[in-house]
Amino acid sequence: MSNWLRGATASLVILGLWQGAILIWSLPSFILPAPIAVFEVLISRWPMLWSHTWVTAQEVLIGLALGVSIGLCFALLMLLFRPVKQWLLPILIASQAIPVFAIAPILMLWLDYGIASKVAMAAIIIFFPVTTCCFDGLRSTPLGYLDLAQTLNANRWRTLWHIQLPAALPALGSGLRVAVVVAPIGAVVGEWVGSSAGLGYLMLQANARMRIDEMFAALFILSLFSVALYFSVDWLLKRSLPWHSQ
Amino acid sequence: MQLPAQQWTCLLGRSGCGKTSILRKLAGLLEEAQWQGKIETDGQPLSGNIAYMAQQDLLLPWLSVLDNVCIAERLQGRSLSQDLRDKALLLLEKVGLKAYANNYPHTLSGGMRQRVALARTLLQERPIVLMDEPFSALDAVTRHKLQSLSFELLQGKTVLLVTHDPQEAVRLGHQIYVMEGSPANAHLLAGLASTPPRQLDEHSAALQNDILHRLGGEHV
Repeated sequence: MSNWLRGATASLVILGLWQGAILIWSLPSFILPAPIAVFEVLISRWPMLWSHTWVTAQEVLIGLALGVSIGLCFALLMLLFRPVKQWLLPILIASQAIPVFAIAPILMLWLDYGIASKVAMAAIIIFFPVTTCCFDGLRSTPLGYLDLAQTLNANRWRTLWHIQLPAALPALGSGLRVAVVVAPIGAVVGEWVGSSAGLGYLMLQANARMRIDEMFAALFILSLFSVALYFSVDWLLKRSLPWHSQ
Repeated sequence: MQLPAQQWTCLLGRSGCGKTSILRKLAGLLEEAQWQGKIETDGQPLSGNIAYMAQQDLLLPWLSVLDNVCIAERLQGRSLSQDLRDKALLLLEKVGLKAYANNYPHTLSGGMRQRVALARTLLQERPIVLMDEPFSALDAVTRHKLQSLSFELLQGKTVLLVTHDPQEAVRLGHQIYVMEGSPANAHLLAGLASTPPRQLDEHSAALQNDILHRLGGEHV
């Protein structure tokens, strides 16, 4: 409950500072719109805002599913086959050195203007943190558990399935928490580079037409979406991994 | 060193003398290169006949107490039969934790968790039990209770208990080996006429003193 109170207080303070800045420096609405103006846009243009939100949400969620699955597969491959790790890891690190912005146009070219290229963007920026977290988790199974499995004559696959994978879940959870926050960035960057729908597209269009209140409304929805996604994932993880949160 | 069948053998030594290495070798957990020597058995192979109990309880936090007791079935790819479930519940009753069968390990205390580990060890029904300081992380009262319980429930098994606590060894061991010297050699302690579990009387106090002396603790 106190968490809610703290969140509400923080929001109110930010809104107050925002309104205060407009009053003190008498900022015109095309530089900084008043909070109430943004709220009005949120209400009056909701159907349009919602349709763009839905597109971005799809990109983020599918991107997350894809990125997490790829990350998990890579981590497993690196754990099971040593040469894969030696060859794959440098490539993965190099791939992260390329800014996503730079590959976005190429993805547009290959995957078209639609949702696929943004899904790919989101997946590309999240699979690396997921891979490294998951690989670390798989590698750092407590030795005692492995000893126990060995004295019980468990084979490699059963040890992996019943011991190493569940033991890596908290680490995978950390990767997932990072991924959930970063994935919307990938999707929006993809929309900026080329799209015909989505919150990123809306922000770009609103900016060009000097509809700053609309842009702020889109920004507000985007941050709300990210925060909601983070906290629901966090809640789910805490619920499903009770031994870890203790 | 000899481990007579169906008796408790305690192996005492200071930290780092290699007593855990001996136990891990018997459990098949030691790399081949680290070992020189011969292990002879009375015909049966060691592998598959050994249950292992470590200082940590090694309960898997994502499984319930009952599933942890039956972990061997999972790890060997068999499905859990009703028969075995009943057996596991019976063992949990013996260690006093039947009411906690569906709890998760993180809700139990250290002593309770080690009792679950004891039930898991017993369910495997293997003739040889290797214990690596399984009671050392517990408080004195819990340790005392768990020693009695283990001794009672492990009747008829061949037990090797590695410990650094002379009192524990004197209490539980049919025979006691003390690892002394450098490099360490295991010496059989003479003068253990009575059968365990021994009470804390004059005789056992003298034994403990003797062990402490052998371990190099005469100035303590």
